[in-house]
Amino acid sequence: MCRVVVPAALRQFTDGAASMTVEHPEGAELSDLLDALAARCPALIRRIRDEQGELRRFVNVYVDGEDARRLDGLSTSVPAGAEVLIVPSVAGG
Amino acid sequence: MSQHLLAIGTVKGLFLAHSPDRRSWQLTEPKFLMNAVYAVAVDPRNQRLLVSATSEHWGPSVFSSDDLGRTWQEPTGGSLSFPAEAGAALERVWQLTPSPSEPGVVWAGSQPSALWRSEDGGAHFSLVHSLWEHPHRPLWGAGYGGQAIHTVLPHPTDPARLLVAMSTGGVYRTEDGGRSWEPSNAGVKAYFLPDPWPEFGQCVHKVARDSGDPDRLYLQNHHGVYRSDDDGRTWNSIADTLPTDFGFTMLAHPGRGGVAYNWPITADAERMPPGRACRVYRTEDAGRTWSPLTAGLPQEQYFDVVLRDAMCADDAEPAGVYFGTRNGEVYASADEGDSWSLVAGHLPSVLCVRAAVVEEA
Repeated sequence: MCRVVVPAALRQFTDGAASMTVEHPEGAELSDLLDALAARCPALIRRIRDEQGELRRFVNVYVDGEDARRLDGLSTSVPAGAEVLIVPSVAGG
Repeated sequence: MSQHLLAIGTVKGLFLAHSPDRRSWQLTEPKFLMNAVYAVAVDPRNQRLLVSATSEHWGPSVFSSDDLGRTWQEPTGGSLSFPAEAGAALERVWQLTPSPSEPGVVWAGSQPSALWRSEDGGAHFSLVHSLWEHPHRPLWGAGYGGQAIHTVLPHPTDPARLLVAMSTGGVYRTEDGGRSWEPSNAGVKAYFLPDPWPEFGQCVHKVARDSGDPDRLYLQNHHGVYRSDDDGRTWNSIADTLPTDFGFTMLAHPGRGGVAYNWPITADAERMPPGRACRVYRTEDAGRTWSPLTAGLPQEQYFDVVLRDAMCADDAEPAGVYFGTRNGEVYASADEGDSWSLVAGHLPSVLCVRAAVVEEA
């Protein structure tokens, strides 16, 4: 089980919840976690991943404080009890 | 009670303007804040609004409203997504076009260049595989704005005939309901290629269909303004009496054949209006001659431009004509372009405008 923290801009897709607890199997990767989340909140996940499953360019995901892109991307291991932060990157004008 | 509705898509959201007379306008607070609104449609069959809204962070969406913009809906799974085997991801929707001949059908053009068809009024779209799998597709290029089908022109009465246009790829047409597609660029120049007269690869900016003769089309190219009298099979220049042949937009009058509007820009290398004046050009003889329309528009020290979908007409009589600029000004004419007034200024950069007479519930 881990906790996914959702940014304010996406809480319309979580019925207002700022975080969600997600069950996932031992040894799960970030991709598995997002798949599990997609089953509950498909409109949320479309904002995080495109239809080919890639993380959107200006969305950052941190696993226990580490940027998943600097780890193993969607293959990053998510240990039990981890905190997963979804954060919009600083972009735009 | 009927009123005039003007939908203004900008780089930072959708603004709706309402007017009883097309002279005084009331602007609403923006919807889809911080989303780039590249396409808007007001479906004349049911007053449904359709909006393409793309967030730099959260990706593209298409929303619909059945109460003139008070509330908006999007299917949980989204309206458009490429199937896994396509190996592509939707970047944005550039065009939303209700079919004039098929109930419930709405077309969408997207980036990357793809055509989509909805049969439920724009809630769910399916990829048109025949065009996606066209052997030319790997050879289509990308304009500065991206590789996109930005123009979708259904034939007004024959659902088998449809035209699309893209930068850079050019015009493609089907005459068999989308089973097959042919490039349709004969006579349109691609000066930036080693062979300036290729079968495809032109950087077409916009195409409009004449309201009196559906086989007559007007085309603004990346340099070059053309007319076709044979539904796009061949094109001939109609730029002789325009001040320049560069620009992005092209608009056909909704009810008068032979009448079209253009907003010239000096050149590819000088994207400012000629004479530093804000001038719409109108033809009333299918492009043989063009005349400037200036009443009410700034005529000095003007440096703004109009993008490809930022000019439209409404369905009133006489027709209203509208345009929005990159610097966030929107002008309206209630007399077919003879005179203009400012609807709004200081908006974010305007990407598209659409206008209609609507009935308030």
